[in-house]
Amino acid sequence: MATAPTVDPAFLDKDGKPLFHLEHEPHHPEGSSTMLGFWMYLMSDCLIFACLFATYAVLGGNYAAGPGPKDLFDLPLVALNTAMLLFSSITYGFAMLVVEKNRIGATQGWLAITGLFGLAFLGIELYEFAHLIHEGATPMRSGFLSAFFALVGTHGLHVTFGIIWLVTLMVQVAKKGLIPANQRRLMCLSMFWHFLDVIWIGVFTFVYLMGMLR
Amino acid sequence: MSAHEQSNHGHHDDEHAHGTFGSYMIGFGLSVILTAIPFWLVMTGYFANPQTTAIVIMAFAVVQIVVHMIYFLHMNTRSEGGWTMMALIFTLVLVVITLAGSMWVMYHLNHNMMPQMQGMSAHDMSQMP
Repeated sequence: MATAPTVDPAFLDKDGKPLFHLEHEPHHPEGSSTMLGFWMYLMSDCLIFACLFATYAVLGGNYAAGPGPKDLFDLPLVALNTAMLLFSSITYGFAMLVVEKNRIGATQGWLAITGLFGLAFLGIELYEFAHLIHEGATPMRSGFLSAFFALVGTHGLHVTFGIIWLVTLMVQVAKKGLIPANQRRLMCLSMFWHFLDVIWIGVFTFVYLMGMLR
Repeated sequence: MSAHEQSNHGHHDDEHAHGTFGSYMIGFGLSVILTAIPFWLVMTGYFANPQTTAIVIMAFAVVQIVVHMIYFLHMNTRSEGGWTMMALIFTLVLVVITLAGSMWVMYHLNHNMMPQMQGMSAHDMSQMP
């Protein structure tokens, strides 16, 4: 099709072709860039955790004559917590496998199991925090404890929001089924959930295990 | 039925990597092993030297992070035209600068500033490690 003669000459080049944009923008299907965008979010979230890890690395030795990691941490409890998060990761993987087969019931089941493992993780972490605070190891006690609660607490907060998101998606799937939009959302949450497990690897290695070595 | 057709439609230009049951189980098995060994090393005090233990468990953590990235997050160099990998590499560079830089700078700051800030005498300073 020739260029329409009604176009303002200011927007045409010397050959009479439009200067600025394509007549037909290339069509991108809805949500085609969601995964990359969500990955960018995860990477920026990773930087938040990098700052918190750096804070812990700097302040982690400042006990202010208060309790240190060896007095406070209970490794069997941390191992149990780690297991809960790892189980929730694999059950979310199973949920994504049945999503591909379009089995709504099985998807809801695996999502529910994932949520329960997530809740178990949170419950154990809150029990640990309550125990620490009961012993007087509050975030205000020392630089080490401030950095500890900031880092581990931020991770726990992410898990909390992950569970809220998970429940929201279960309601969405129950109402609308596994439509493409819901599949996309489940994929985003999958990345978020596995990402939190990756962060937890850093937490149990740098905070808990290396804390016991000091 | 319409939901099924729609979901098929949503898949046709899908370039995201998907796991299989086998790949998830491999990832899970490796993660369990790579988690259990560091915990066992620290809880039993296998190495007499804490420095050795620290280096070994850090190595295990790095390997486990890579395992999670491949088997659970399905990272590869092809998805999204390689942009996820580029973003990841860029983020890793920033993470390394943040962590190493903070520790490096603050170590020297602690070393140089602490005695004066605590109002210690020259004699106390000579006792500092």
